[in-house]
Amino acid sequence: MKIGFRLNGAETTVDVTPMARLLDVLREDLRLTGSKEGCGEGECGACTVLIDGKAVNSCLVPVVQVRGASVKTVEGLAEDGRLHPVQQAFIDHGGAQCGICTPGFVVAAAELLERDPNPDAVTIREALAGNLCRCTGYQKIVDSVARTLASAEEAGR
Amino acid sequence: MAGASTHSPHIGSGFVRADGPAKVTGAALYVDDVRPDDCLYGATVRSPVARGRLLGLKKDPAFDWSDVVIATADDIPGENVVALMTDDQPVLATGELRHVTEPVALIAAPSRDKALAAVRHVEVLYEALEPLFDPTESATSPIRIFGDDNVFSRLEMVHGDGLDALGRAESAGAKVITGTYTVGLQEQLYIECQGMIATPRDDGGVTIFGSMQCPFYIVKALKRVLGHEKLNVVQAVTGGGFGGKEEYPSMVAAHAAVLALKTGRPVKLIYRRDEDLQATTKRHPAIMTYSTAVDPETGELQAASVDLLFDGGAYNTLSPVVLSRAILHALGPYAVPHVKLDALMVATHTPPNGAFRGFGAPQVMFAAERHMDRIARELDLDPIALRRANLYRDGDVTPSGQTLFDVASIEVLDRALEAAEKPLPPSLVPTRPGGGQAAGRRASGRGVAIAWHGCGFTGNGEAALKGKADVSLDGDRVVIHTASTDIGQGTDSIFPAIVADVLGIDVERVSNAPHDTADVPDSGPTVASRTAMVVGGVVKQGAEKLLAALRAEVGLGDEADFDTLLAARKSDATLRVRAEYEDKGAQWDPETYQGDAYPTYGWSCMVVDAEIDTDTGEVLYRRLVQATDVGKALNPVLAAGQLEGGALQGLGYATSEAVVLDAQRRMRNDRLTNYIIPTTLDAPPMETVLVEFPFADGPFGAKGIGEIPHDVPAPAVAAAIEQATGAVLDTLPMTPEAVLAALEAMEAGEGAA
Repeated sequence: MKIGFRLNGAETTVDVTPMARLLDVLREDLRLTGSKEGCGEGECGACTVLIDGKAVNSCLVPVVQVRGASVKTVEGLAEDGRLHPVQQAFIDHGGAQCGICTPGFVVAAAELLERDPNPDAVTIREALAGNLCRCTGYQKIVDSVARTLASAEEAGR
Repeated sequence: MAGASTHSPHIGSGFVRADGPAKVTGAALYVDDVRPDDCLYGATVRSPVARGRLLGLKKDPAFDWSDVVIATADDIPGENVVALMTDDQPVLATGELRHVTEPVALIAAPSRDKALAAVRHVEVLYEALEPLFDPTESATSPIRIFGDDNVFSRLEMVHGDGLDALGRAESAGAKVITGTYTVGLQEQLYIECQGMIATPRDDGGVTIFGSMQCPFYIVKALKRVLGHEKLNVVQAVTGGGFGGKEEYPSMVAAHAAVLALKTGRPVKLIYRRDEDLQATTKRHPAIMTYSTAVDPETGELQAASVDLLFDGGAYNTLSPVVLSRAILHALGPYAVPHVKLDALMVATHTPPNGAFRGFGAPQVMFAAERHMDRIARELDLDPIALRRANLYRDGDVTPSGQTLFDVASIEVLDRALEAAEKPLPPSLVPTRPGGGQAAGRRASGRGVAIAWHGCGFTGNGEAALKGKADVSLDGDRVVIHTASTDIGQGTDSIFPAIVADVLGIDVERVSNAPHDTADVPDSGPTVASRTAMVVGGVVKQGAEKLLAALRAEVGLGDEADFDTLLAARKSDATLRVRAEYEDKGAQWDPETYQGDAYPTYGWSCMVVDAEIDTDTGEVLYRRLVQATDVGKALNPVLAAGQLEGGALQGLGYATSEAVVLDAQRRMRNDRLTNYIIPTTLDAPPMETVLVEFPFADGPFGAKGIGEIPHDVPAPAVAAAIEQATGAVLDTLPMTPEAVLAALEAMEAGEGAA
């Protein structure tokens, strides 16, 4: 079945079984392997993508559900060769270690920052509670998100 | 000013990690992100039973087998063994099945779904045999799993007058305090499951590419499985390891290789989460009994005896080394003049246990710290004062007879307590607003625990291994060649910074060669808190040798800096030097377990603030402060990040990470839905104080830090629960159910009194 959607800003059509997981379509059919599979049941958030701006576990979404929608993956966060500010903040403040959870975290954090550019630690922790990390203990991830705005403003000067 | 090196040193600064951009953009390639042309997908048929006689396989005739290949032990070209310490574990079972999920056969198919479907249509035929599950009965059971007595390892240590001193102290008025402490399994839970791709080479050999900590372990194992040495092993970007990717990847690689050689095509073998949880190694469960003679007035520890019983599971893996680290750390960071320590590692018909961050130390340090709290409780002493009175100081002697230096014990205690006394910084507001939203009653408590951790291999391990590293010149750039893998801890960023500082150049000009055993020398495994401290030191020597070689080549002296030397070169020939670990002359007797057990020790104090919901038994973490001696923080951001991650893994060990086994000892909670690792909301705000007591033989003074943060979060939590509620928990994990049971037991006890 042919399914069309916007992927990282570009119109895309895939010909796949409609119940295929969006994650598999992204990784296997479209070869966008930035979204990771950590559990396959929506617990770990490593496969997080934005569907019409909302953070979603792509392992739980049949691809037919994104027909006509706008999907943004970690590969689409950087624009015009410039990293998204939260990506830069993860690099600057130790938010990434082994990195397997990082795509999911930066996508979820980007969604939060879209809503609330200067969130406090509680807000950040609540927004990222659907993403699991085993390396950092989360403190450096929370710090990275909390400092994104300040870092971006500093870089912009 | 020509050639003046004006850059500031990288070491000690928070330089950004080299792999950061690739990781935040999704460009970093993990094993499952790579798909060779013509690739087949592998899957594993496993034992459904804990113990049985293997009778064969039955393929479902209704299933389409036309494009499926099945491999059994008969397809192994060389020996059917996963070579590690002993040769007891087969690549694929034959004859007897020794644990549930033991690999029996392998499948290759054109798609992942087809491979998994094929597994479901193969029945393993067996005759059930009586299994042995109880480690306390293993050594005396007539059922044989390993050797003559099911004992993987037995260790004994005596220091001072041993047991005699315990009785003597008691006669002289000391109080003997005895307690038993037990810990369960824990899963490493790297977020990336195990995975390998095996690709046939033109010369009849095979290339292994995948998720791993120790490429040369796989080389060692595959030489035996293949029966030749035509192989190379390449590390993919690896999504966490924590010990779980120390030895187990040899099994996955052997399976992928057998399938690739049988089919002549690349085979990709990626575990699903449930399979990974059910089949791969975990932290060893243990039962630990301590008796200590204590001066009832001063709290001075006068003599101690310890009995450790560890359950290794069905195969040996690295269990003897785990037991070694356990016995050497058994008394915690406290000086006791007379000790007798006994440790036993036995076999049971359960999936094998293996390497996990801390490697035996988190188990014994839970026991040691709970025992200190028991002593304080029974003698009505202040737990912190008791610890302070007995902590090791410079010049103290350990049970192995090692005299300690660079001891940061008091410093980490003072610095952690000092930090914890300050109000929480505004940027670290509590995770959950707390108060009001739950009907439960809450009790607040603070727990303190202190760890020591031997850095690097035990005894003469490093001298025997002689870890190697190459450093080479590539134009005006420098390349480091090691087998030390970056599994998140930042090795691929730390090594270039070390080299850059030795050469006086910008770190941008230094990179790591791919960790491919066809190119890199054997630096030793990426384990045991040794990579930055030991291999980092070898890399530093390599950079110094490169500089010396350049100077010799162009005939310039010490005043010429790196770029001046480069400019003076007449040829652009490759220059590559090799450095090797230099024996520091450690004295160690592996027979008596006496001597210098470790090159040096790290020290850490954890302070945990928690609220205990006395209606649900849930422990809510409010704050974790640690002060940890790192020798020298090569990169304070990476160091703190690793220490915080280890601390949270320790909090998971404390309260949420229970492994539930069924009647065949298969892990039932084999999903992230029910094996509970902490989330952002479970984790407390963390403050990390880096204490620097330099280690003279470490690069720039660095000590190993990878494991110590996992050692004592759990006993600190137990102490916090006790302070908050009075309930005493001496068993891990301290799940809400366990906490409630302890509260009820305490109330029943009070009612009876």
